[in-house]
Amino acid sequence: MNMDQPLLKATKIDKIFPGVVALDKVDFTLKAGEVHALLGENGAGKSTLIKCLTGAYHRDGGDILLNGETISPRDTLDAQGLGIGTVYQEVNLLGNLTVAENMMIGRQPKKWGMVQTKQMNRQTKEILNQYGLDIDVAQLLSTYSVAIQQIIAIARAVDLSGKVLILDEPTASLDAKEVQMLFGVIRKLKQKNIGIIFISHFLDQVFEISDTITVLRNGRLIESVTTVDISSIDLVTMMLGYELGEETKLKEHDGVERETLVEFCNFGHKQLIEPFYLAIGKGEVVGFAGLLGSGRTETAETLFGVTPHDSGSATFKNENINLSSPRAAIANGFGFCPEDRKTDGIIADLSVRENIILALQAQRGWANPLPKSEQDEICKKYIKALDIRPTDAEKPIRLLSGGNQQKVILARWLATNPEFLILDEPTRGIDVGAHAEIIRLIENLCEDGMSLLVISSELDELVAYSHRIIVVRDHEHIAELVGSEITTNNIVEAIAADLNVDNGQYELKGVIS
Amino acid sequence: MNSLKRYAPQLTTLAIVLLLNYLVFPDFFKIEIANGKLYGTLIDVLNRGAPVALLCVGMTLVIATKGIDLSVGAVMAICGAVAASTVDSGGGVFMALSLALLAGLICGVWNGLLVSVLNIQPIIATLILMVAGRGIAQLITEGAILTFNDEGLIFVGSGSIFSIPMPILIWIAVGIIVTFIVRRTALGMLIESIGINQRASTFSGVNARVLLILVYMVSGLCAALAGTIAAADIRGADANNAGLWLELDAILAVVVGGTSLLGGRFTLIGSLIGAMIIQSINTGILLSGFPPEFNLIIKAAIIVIILVIQSPALQSKYIEYRDRREAEKPPADKENAS
Amino acid sequence: MFLKKVLASAAVIATVALSTTSALALTVGFSQIGSESGWRAAETTITLQQAKDRGIDLKFADAQQKQENQIKALRSFIAQGVDAIFVAPVVATGWDSVLKEVKEAGIPVILLDRTIDSSDDLYLTAVTSDFIYEGSVAGKWLVDAVDGKECSVVELQGTTGSAPAIERKEGFEQGLAGSNVSIIRSQTADFTRTKGKEVMESFLKAEGGGKNICALYAHNDDMAVGAIQAIKEAGLKPGSDILVVSIDAVPDIFKAMMAGEANATVELTPNMAGPAFDALDAFLKDGTLPPKWIQSESRLYTKDDDLQAIYDQKKDLGY
Repeated sequence: MNMDQPLLKATKIDKIFPGVVALDKVDFTLKAGEVHALLGENGAGKSTLIKCLTGAYHRDGGDILLNGETISPRDTLDAQGLGIGTVYQEVNLLGNLTVAENMMIGRQPKKWGMVQTKQMNRQTKEILNQYGLDIDVAQLLSTYSVAIQQIIAIARAVDLSGKVLILDEPTASLDAKEVQMLFGVIRKLKQKNIGIIFISHFLDQVFEISDTITVLRNGRLIESVTTVDISSIDLVTMMLGYELGEETKLKEHDGVERETLVEFCNFGHKQLIEPFYLAIGKGEVVGFAGLLGSGRTETAETLFGVTPHDSGSATFKNENINLSSPRAAIANGFGFCPEDRKTDGIIADLSVRENIILALQAQRGWANPLPKSEQDEICKKYIKALDIRPTDAEKPIRLLSGGNQQKVILARWLATNPEFLILDEPTRGIDVGAHAEIIRLIENLCEDGMSLLVISSELDELVAYSHRIIVVRDHEHIAELVGSEITTNNIVEAIAADLNVDNGQYELKGVIS
Repeated sequence: MNSLKRYAPQLTTLAIVLLLNYLVFPDFFKIEIANGKLYGTLIDVLNRGAPVALLCVGMTLVIATKGIDLSVGAVMAICGAVAASTVDSGGGVFMALSLALLAGLICGVWNGLLVSVLNIQPIIATLILMVAGRGIAQLITEGAILTFNDEGLIFVGSGSIFSIPMPILIWIAVGIIVTFIVRRTALGMLIESIGINQRASTFSGVNARVLLILVYMVSGLCAALAGTIAAADIRGADANNAGLWLELDAILAVVVGGTSLLGGRFTLIGSLIGAMIIQSINTGILLSGFPPEFNLIIKAAIIVIILVIQSPALQSKYIEYRDRREAEKPPADKENAS
Repeated sequence: MFLKKVLASAAVIATVALSTTSALALTVGFSQIGSESGWRAAETTITLQQAKDRGIDLKFADAQQKQENQIKALRSFIAQGVDAIFVAPVVATGWDSVLKEVKEAGIPVILLDRTIDSSDDLYLTAVTSDFIYEGSVAGKWLVDAVDGKECSVVELQGTTGSAPAIERKEGFEQGLAGSNVSIIRSQTADFTRTKGKEVMESFLKAEGGGKNICALYAHNDDMAVGAIQAIKEAGLKPGSDILVVSIDAVPDIFKAMMAGEANATVELTPNMAGPAFDALDAFLKDGTLPPKWIQSESRLYTKDDDLQAIYDQKKDLGY
């Protein structure tokens, strides 16, 4: 094979969904024997690109060349036949079949129409031995750990495809030792000249295993670089879209001593977030920054009782409170706008009116209905105040645009008059106009004395309205920025700190002061 | 006017089925008073449809939460047996009714706990009682049909007030009361919100757990009433056959009535119309005089036609057709009309 | 009441167990299907009673509707060295191998109430009722009762496609042959009271409020009991305005007959064991081979019988 010729080359890939350009002329090149990390925040276009490559989506423009030949996979099976295999985070094998059956399903060695189990087991064993895996292949797949299952899935994908292997967040549910086992397998595959696309939120893993990094943001290609040539801070900058030194706003520490409204001591959850201390004052906005999967959403969900904390305690106005469920949190004056509007926020078939009054009604109990006139009044008030369009409160919320849906969810919480409101990515996926309105709203609310905790990937927004910023990484609160320390620079540095000391290009400089 | 429009597909279907009945049996709409009671085939439809109508009230709420209650037929058998054995051992009709309702409530709580606390899929959770329920009923009746002569309990099945048979009064009353409760309180909306998106509802503080138990309790109570009526009707509790397969008729009634099995928006009135459609078909088949081998085929054929007519695919085709015709209308016409 | 019954049957079993001490007593194993209906419970009671009366040690095994339980019971009977085995088979197929084992052990087998598809040299005889005969007895009674007048009959069939429904219909039609009695409407009511009532209501409406109906024939008593209520609620007198004849002879139909609301019933006797024991005795005594099929008695009961006495005798059998 001509070594100069890339294994897989995608040029100017376009993918348009109604109202959204998911991929905008994205180029992507994968060489044989290379591990190529694909990075980007939620909605950057990673999975859309993968789905275009594997035929799960049909691209709207651009070309895909495999070994110099144009391909157009009809579906994932077709892509597999062409040589592109995919392994997902949730292993998509069958737990109730044996390892060998999983490996050979659909192509079992047969004699007179009967499956030759012995031969099948032997073949499977041979294949797995190449990966340093010596297990009983006649056992059910589900009896093995996720890591082993992951490797079996990889072995199957490579055996079927053999040219390109796409690993979609393979390490998300593995522990450190298992990750090393997986990396061992990946290195073996490299030697076999297989091209590997590696998707992960864990930057340290990306630095450890990848040769090349491609960063996507908002459906656009930001850059493709070789891993040794980039520092972690540059990488984070690329992912979040900020240039170092481009300071948005420098705030003086406002110096106001706020009376503490809510205080969390040693608050945490075994799997989700390390125990932390957090105190939020009346009328204070605390921003949460961190990459996807860092523990920022997990913090919010623990605070709100979605996944009840298993350590620590919380006080509200100096009194101990129970946060074991969203209901309990709401009873204490909490509110929570979740990140995933579609699955956690809107009740799609209910009207805008019903969506707005839902939390208030749930708080009052079913037997104590809000009179229709009062409902209409509340809706009128918030539809006007938040400029929700269309103004017809009886329309099902699913017909509204993302931005307006977000405003309805906000209205749902404002109607309950919360004292402490958690907003998880309040400006994600909404248009610029609505964006600005929501930021203005956050500022107004805090002026009115409401305490807010805002999670956002939009660092300049965070910097604009936060009195304090907590940086989260690897399920841990790692830094706190106050007053004049609040700059996008410092946030990016804190997120990237310590990531790739091996590269030696960046060292943490006094961010945590 | 507006609400009439909402039930247009169901009412049209009912009208067509009734018309078919009229064609096979011209005296179908004849109503007279015999023995101080309304008497006629139409009355039979309303009267015989009582168990399914009652079951589908509870079933509608359960289905609205994205659940299903397969146990209602067996719960009917249990509650009928409880009512019969209460009067058999000397209790009065009120005692019998109270104990039957209590039994239904307990069955509902059991289903509700399995679904909401243990998170067992509703179809499996209620299957348990569907299978075990008849066994429980048989234990109560000792395997035989437990007959009784208590006039009070018999009145529930075959008595009448103002010439209207009791079962008709009961199901209409239950339909009105439950509709009133769910629509005048926030119950209906909260049930719908759970059915559409339970996670988001929980995030908003909706007490999904309690509401889920509640809907299965309502379903159990409705089944208890249906079971008592069924037992009172034949003056005996038949553990083997009371309510047999009625859960399927009830589910069908809900679907024909316009509530989606995927949960969410529900309509009790639609379900009750659905129950009457199904009973009209049953009665029509009996009146038609066809050999019994054709009963199920005829019923299935009619229901297939109904479901095809009400299917989303055909509905959208109809809307397309209507819009196109509207567009083709000469503009002058429109102005004249307005 | 339930407890009383349990105690009673425990007492029966205890007496049965006691009689094992007698070395001369005959030991018979009985594998019953279960207790799915009142009739089945009555059959069990009568079989136990018959064994007690004859001084036979009866080993009773309830199969709870499962063939594998019956096969297990048969094997354990072989192991216990019983003198004969009675089986009420839950299904018709799958008996060959276990019956061969029984035959090799030299134990005679008598089938009760139902037959099987195996070769008939695997069992001594089968005691069953004849559904066609039952139907014809009912039909002949009706022909006699109307005494040559024209009579339109409505028929409540059993579950569509079931053997009793098909054969009781066929037998009834044979009984009517050559008379002025004819069936004008026939519909299934699934052997249940509820359906019996519902279907009868529709018959009454469809036939001019019942004026055109002279008699009702129901494939079982339960449907007749339901239909009788429908007739009463329509303002007619069952038993006189509309004659009622049905099959099974369960206690409740005797109540109706005593009240003059039903006219006749044909018994499906729960006493299958009596003829079976008789055949067994004869066979064991001098090797008399019974016929391969012994038809149980299908007695007709009408108002001429001592209904109260029969009701009293039947009501505690477990119907």
